[in-house]
Amino acid sequence: MTVLSLIILLPIANALAIMLGVPARRSALLASWVQLALTLFAVLGYDRARGGVQFGSSWNVAPEWGLSLRLGADGLSLIMLLLTALVTVAAIHASPRIEKREGLFYACILLIDAGAAGAFASFDLFFFYAFHELALIPTFLLIGLWGHGQRHAAAWRITIYLAIGSIILLVGLAKLYLAQNVALLPGHARTFDMIVMAKTPALIPAAAQGGIYIWLLIGFGVLISLVPFHSWAPGAYASAPTPAAMLHAGVLKKFGLYGLLRIAVPLLPEGAKEWAHVLLVLLVLNILYIGLVTIAQKRLDTMLGYSSVMHMGYVFLGIAAGNAVGLSGAALLMLGHGLSIAALFAMAGHLRQSSPALVFTDFGGIAKRAPFLGYAFGMAAFASIGLPGFVNFASEVMVFFGAFGSAPRPGTFSFTAIQIAVICGLWGVVISAVYMLRAFRKLFMGESTGPAAVADPAPILRWALIILLVALLIGGIWPKSYLSFIQPSVEALLAK
Amino acid sequence: MQQVIPAITLEVSVLLLGVFMLFAEAFSRRADRSHMARYAIAVLAAIVGFSFFTQAAPDPIVAGTYWKFYSVDATALFFKRIALVSTIVFLVMALEYRHVLARFIPGEEEGRGTGEFYCLPVFICAGLMFMASAVDFILIFVSLELVTIGFYALVAYMRRHTLSLEAGVKYLILGALSTGFLVYGITWIFGLTGQTNLDSIKLELIRGFSVPSIAGGEKLGHLIGNEHALLFGIVLVLVALGFKVAAAPFQLWVPDVYQGAPTPVTAFLSVGSKAAGFVVLVRVLDVFLAVPAIGGKVTAILVLLAAATLIYGNITALPQENLKRLFAYSSIAHAGYLLMACASLGGDFAPAKQAVSFYLAGYLLMTLLSFLILIVVARHSRGDEIRHFNGLGKRSPMLAFAMTLAIASLAGIPLTAGFLGKFLVFKTAVATGHWVLVGIGIVGVAAGFYYYIKLIAAMYWREPEDATPITIAPITRIAITALGVLIIALGIFPRPVLAQLHERKLVSPAHVAQH
Repeated sequence: MTVLSLIILLPIANALAIMLGVPARRSALLASWVQLALTLFAVLGYDRARGGVQFGSSWNVAPEWGLSLRLGADGLSLIMLLLTALVTVAAIHASPRIEKREGLFYACILLIDAGAAGAFASFDLFFFYAFHELALIPTFLLIGLWGHGQRHAAAWRITIYLAIGSIILLVGLAKLYLAQNVALLPGHARTFDMIVMAKTPALIPAAAQGGIYIWLLIGFGVLISLVPFHSWAPGAYASAPTPAAMLHAGVLKKFGLYGLLRIAVPLLPEGAKEWAHVLLVLLVLNILYIGLVTIAQKRLDTMLGYSSVMHMGYVFLGIAAGNAVGLSGAALLMLGHGLSIAALFAMAGHLRQSSPALVFTDFGGIAKRAPFLGYAFGMAAFASIGLPGFVNFASEVMVFFGAFGSAPRPGTFSFTAIQIAVICGLWGVVISAVYMLRAFRKLFMGESTGPAAVADPAPILRWALIILLVALLIGGIWPKSYLSFIQPSVEALLAK
Repeated sequence: MQQVIPAITLEVSVLLLGVFMLFAEAFSRRADRSHMARYAIAVLAAIVGFSFFTQAAPDPIVAGTYWKFYSVDATALFFKRIALVSTIVFLVMALEYRHVLARFIPGEEEGRGTGEFYCLPVFICAGLMFMASAVDFILIFVSLELVTIGFYALVAYMRRHTLSLEAGVKYLILGALSTGFLVYGITWIFGLTGQTNLDSIKLELIRGFSVPSIAGGEKLGHLIGNEHALLFGIVLVLVALGFKVAAAPFQLWVPDVYQGAPTPVTAFLSVGSKAAGFVVLVRVLDVFLAVPAIGGKVTAILVLLAAATLIYGNITALPQENLKRLFAYSSIAHAGYLLMACASLGGDFAPAKQAVSFYLAGYLLMTLLSFLILIVVARHSRGDEIRHFNGLGKRSPMLAFAMTLAIASLAGIPLTAGFLGKFLVFKTAVATGHWVLVGIGIVGVAAGFYYYIKLIAAMYWREPEDATPITIAPITRIAITALGVLIIALGIFPRPVLAQLHERKLVSPAHVAQH
C-alpha cells in the first residue's frame, strides 16, 4: 500500500461511507485534508536527486493482455496530484449548503477527485484512461441535480460531448497500442506500461505516428475544449454547482493536456510534426477567437467558462513548442490555471448567492462592503491574466519563449509558423486583461448598486481562497519550487 | 489419485432436476409453487459449485463415444456456468414476478398453474449447456431446439395477457422459420461435405478446396467450383443464427416479443438466446473462416450484418420510453458489438473469440441486473415505462445505485465489465482493420450514452410520482448485490474469468478417432 494508492482509495472509500450514512460534509472535509497531507507527504518524500518514477506499485490485473494497475509518480504527476488535492480541498470548502441529498453530492465530488488523482498517478494506459471516465456520471448528476439555469441541457451536452471525446481517445490509444514495434520491447510483447513505452526509443514507427496523433489530438482536444470542440465547456461551467465547476475547469480538463504531455510528446514526435500546423491554427483560434467571445460575455459565470477555454490555447502552444522550456511552461501553466480558475469559480459561487443570474450590471462597488473578496478576486484575476507575481506569469513567459525559440528564425524579417502563432498568442494577454479588468471594475469598483446582501465570505471559504492564492504566489515568486519537479520529468520525456 | 468427473454429468444432473421438478409439479398438493423455484435455485447453485470439480479437456477413456459430437474445453465449461447462473437469476426474478404472473393465469387459487414457469427454464438451461459443448450440427440443432421450444412456452405463459400471447405467436412463427433456415443450411453443407461434425467438415473443406492432386490415396481439391453452393449453405445458417442473436435485418421479432413476454422471460431470452446464438456462431465460423476460398466472403457478410445491426439497434433505441422496449433495441445494439468481434474472427481468431466470450459474460451480468431491478420497480410502480423510474434515487437509494451501475456498464463506462468487453471488441476490430465498423461503433456508443443515461436522469433528477419506499425481498437483495459486485469486479479484475477462458489447445478426439 503506497501513499499513492491511499490518495486514490481514500476518496472512494469516503464516498462509499457517505452513501452508507456517514455525515457527508464533515467526512468529506476531513478526507480532502488528509488527501492534501498525503500528497504533500509524497511531494516532500520524492527523491529529486534520483528523479524518475517513484512510489511505484503494480497489481497484475490481466496478465493475458498485460494489464496491470501500475501506480507511480514523477515530478510532473506529483504537481498534478498537488493541484488535484488543493482544488479538492478548496472545492469542498466552497460547497454551498446542500438542501437535497447532501450525501450524493459529496459522494459525486469525491468520485471526481478520485478519478482525477487516479489518472494522474497511473502509469498504465488502460487505467490512465479508465480513471478519468470515473468522473463522467458524477458530473452528469452534479450539474443536473444541483446546477443552475439550463442545467439539464448543459448536463446532457457535457456528458455526450465528453463521451464521444473519450471513445475517440480510446480508439487512438488502441491504435497506439497496436502500432508498437514489438521487436523493441522486452519480452517481445505489446505493453500498456507507459514507463516502458516512454523509455523505448522509436517504439512507434514514424509512418504510423501521424494517424495515431490525430485521434489522440481530437480525443484529448474534446476533453480540453480545443476549438472547435469547445462548445460544451462554457455552458457546463456556468450551470455547474460551484465545486463541480472548480474541479472540472481546474483539474479534470488538465487530464487531456497531461495525456498529451505524457503520451504524445515522447511517443509521437513525428506525428506531432505532421499535424503541427493544424494544431497551431486551432490554438490561435482558441486564444484569439475565444478571447474575443469572452470579452462579449455579460455574465460572470459564462465569462469565466470562456476564459478557461481560452487559456487552454497557451498550454497547447507550450506543447506545440516541443522543447523542454515550452513543455515545462505548459505543465506549470496547467497548475497556475487550475488554481486561479478554481479560485475565481469559488468566488463566483459566493456572488451567486446574492444574485443568481450573475449579470455584471447587477453588481457594483462590492469592494467597499467586502474588502477581502475584492482583494482575493483581484489577485485571482491578475493571476489569470498572467501578471508577474503569480505562477501564470512565469509559465506563460516560458511558453512564449519556448515556442518562439523552438524554431530557428529563417531570416531577419521572416518567421516560422510557430513564431507567428506566438505573436498572435501574445495578444491573448491583452485580451484577458481587457475582460478580467473590466469584470473587476464592474463588480468591485464604482457605486455600490448591487444587492445589499453581498458580504465577505465566511471564514471557511476565505481559507479555501487563501490556500489557492498562496499556492499561486509561491510559484510566482519562486517558480523553481514547482519547476524543480516539473523540469526533470519533462526532460526525461523528451530525452529517450 | 483424483477421481475424474466427466463434464457431461453437469447436463445430466440439470436434466434430472428438470424431470424431478415436473413430477413434483404434477403431484404436489400445494397451490403455491414458489418453493419449487427455491429448491431449484439451491440445486443449480450446487451444480455451479460442482462444475469446478469436473475436468475441462476431453477424457481419453471415453473418447470416440460421445466426444464425437460433444466436447468440453475451457470456454464450453465457462458457458455452462453462465447458463447455470442465468437460470438461477431467472428463478430469482420469477419469484419476484410470481404475483404478476398469477394475475394472468386462470385458476381458483393464486399460484395454481405456475409450476411449469419454474421447470421449463431448467430444461432451457440444459439445452444451453449442451450447446456450449456441441461440435456437431446435429447436436447443435437439437440443443438449439430444446432452448427455443422452451422459450415458445415461456413467452406466451401469461395466458390471459394479450400482449404475451401476441409475443408468443410472433416468436413461434419466426422461430420456426429460422429453424427451417438452419436445417436447410445444414443440409446444404452436409450435401457438400458428407459430414455433420464440425471438425470433419473443416478438414473436408480444407482438403476439398486445396490444390487438386492425389495425396495418400485421397483426392484433394474435389470441391473446387462448389464455392457458391457452400456459401449458400453458410448464409442460410447465418440467417438462422441472425434470428437467434437478433441481428439486423432479422431483428423484427425482438421489440414486440421483449415487451410482451413476462419480464423474467425477456431477461432470460435476451441473455440465453444471445449467448446460445453466439456460442454456435463462433464455433461455426471457426470452420468456415479457416477455408481461404470463402473466408473473405463470410467476413464481408459479417461486416455487413454488424454494421446494419449497430446502426439499427442504436438509432431505434434513442426514442424509446418503455424500458423493456429500450432494452430490446439496445440488445440489438449489443448484438452489433458482438458481431463486430465476430467479423474480426477472420483476423486473429483467439483474441476475437475471447472478446466475444468476455463481452457475453459482462452482458449477462448487466442485463440480468437491470431486468431484476426493473421487475422490482415495475411491481411497485405498476408499469415499466422510464417515467416509472422517476425519483428512484429517493425511493430506494440501493436500487438506484445498482441500476446506475448496470447502466454504466451497459453504456460502457470504464471500471465496469461492460467497458472491458467493449474495449476488447474495439481492440480486435482495430487490429483487424475494420475501420468502417469502428466508426459506426463510435457513433453507436455515443448514442448508447444518451439512451442509457436517460434512465439515470429519470432516477436522480426527477421527482417520484409516488414516494412510497420500495421493499426488496432478501433473496433479491442478495442477487442484486452479487451481480453488482461482479460487474465491478470483472471490470477491475478480470483475471479469474480470463483464466477460465484461457484456451488449452483442443485436441478433438473426433479427429483422432477418424484419421
